[in-house]
Amino acid sequence: MPWELKPDRPIYAQLIEQLQLLVISGIYPPGSKLPSVRELAAEASVNPNTMQRALAKLEDEGLLFSQRTSGRFVTEDAGRIVQTKRDLAEKLTREFLGNMGRLGYDARGAVSLLERITKEEEQNG
Amino acid sequence: MDSILECRGLTKRFPGCLALNAVNLSVAKGKIVGLLGPNGSGKTTLIKLINGLLTPDGGTITVSGRKPGVETKKIISYLPERTYLNDWMDVRTILDFFSDFYADFNRAKAYDMLQRLHIDPGSRLKTLSKGTKEKVQLILVMSREAQLYVLDEPIGGVDPAARDYILDTILSNYRENASLILSTHLIADVEKILDEVIFINRGSVVLTSSVDDIREHEGKSVDAMFREVFRC
Repeated sequence: MPWELKPDRPIYAQLIEQLQLLVISGIYPPGSKLPSVRELAAEASVNPNTMQRALAKLEDEGLLFSQRTSGRFVTEDAGRIVQTKRDLAEKLTREFLGNMGRLGYDARGAVSLLERITKEEEQNG
Repeated sequence: MDSILECRGLTKRFPGCLALNAVNLSVAKGKIVGLLGPNGSGKTTLIKLINGLLTPDGGTITVSGRKPGVETKKIISYLPERTYLNDWMDVRTILDFFSDFYADFNRAKAYDMLQRLHIDPGSRLKTLSKGTKEKVQLILVMSREAQLYVLDEPIGGVDPAARDYILDTILSNYRENASLILSTHLIADVEKILDEVIFINRGSVVLTSSVDDIREHEGKSVDAMFREVFRC
């Protein structure tokens, strides 16, 4: 998965989201070992200190854990991963509603638009 | 935190021009710092002072606690704005030249980078394109195991794809506790790899901040911030 970073938001916050996605989507499965900070930083073309900061935050949240000698791993707690997924989905939904609000749609309006589009897509198969 | 570079009231005058006006700044160990400013703002003057190519007219500058001189040159790896290498030399000879000059030059690393960038060590410098010459110089500089890397406009002359490659080379070759200062106009290309930025204008430091602080508090990229601060 390519790392996509937008220019107007803190890099570290975006790295957190992308790392969460890598775990949720199973690219880094539960219990698996992550590449080193420097490898991940090189892959994302970002400063290693920034990557380190993002990883430390995810460790605090319990999605990752590190073992002093052998590196950093994804949690084996499936519930924790589901929770991260739910949190991320909630955040994206709030962003969506915020954007719709700027277009003049209230939550109800946004939902009915969503229903109509879903229905159309189902019909078009 | 320990700093590698300290400037206090650093001042440099040229006839009819105050190039640096009482600059205070410090660069911590292990950080990648962008020195950003419009043309003629004093970036290269500051870099030359760090490298002992100019002497201050006022204030102090120290690298790892020492005034710039023989000892500091051993720990600073410097990429100047202009090339100083002899055109008739081939790449291999230049590598020999560097390893004679610098005890911390890692020849194996240099050959490895040349190979990855598909540069033939047998080619003479004058037969290489401008961009390839720049890559060779960067390889020379990044192959030293220095404590401070100072790169003056390292990506100015190369295409965007090579720019990314050069930034990756910088990221993967600078050592964990080493610091790196780079000056550039191409902010959008480099801001992802920076810890901190120093904005300099007409000889004074106008802003020092971390990249993410600017993005968080201003809601815009360092590039956009620069355009705003230095709007003509």
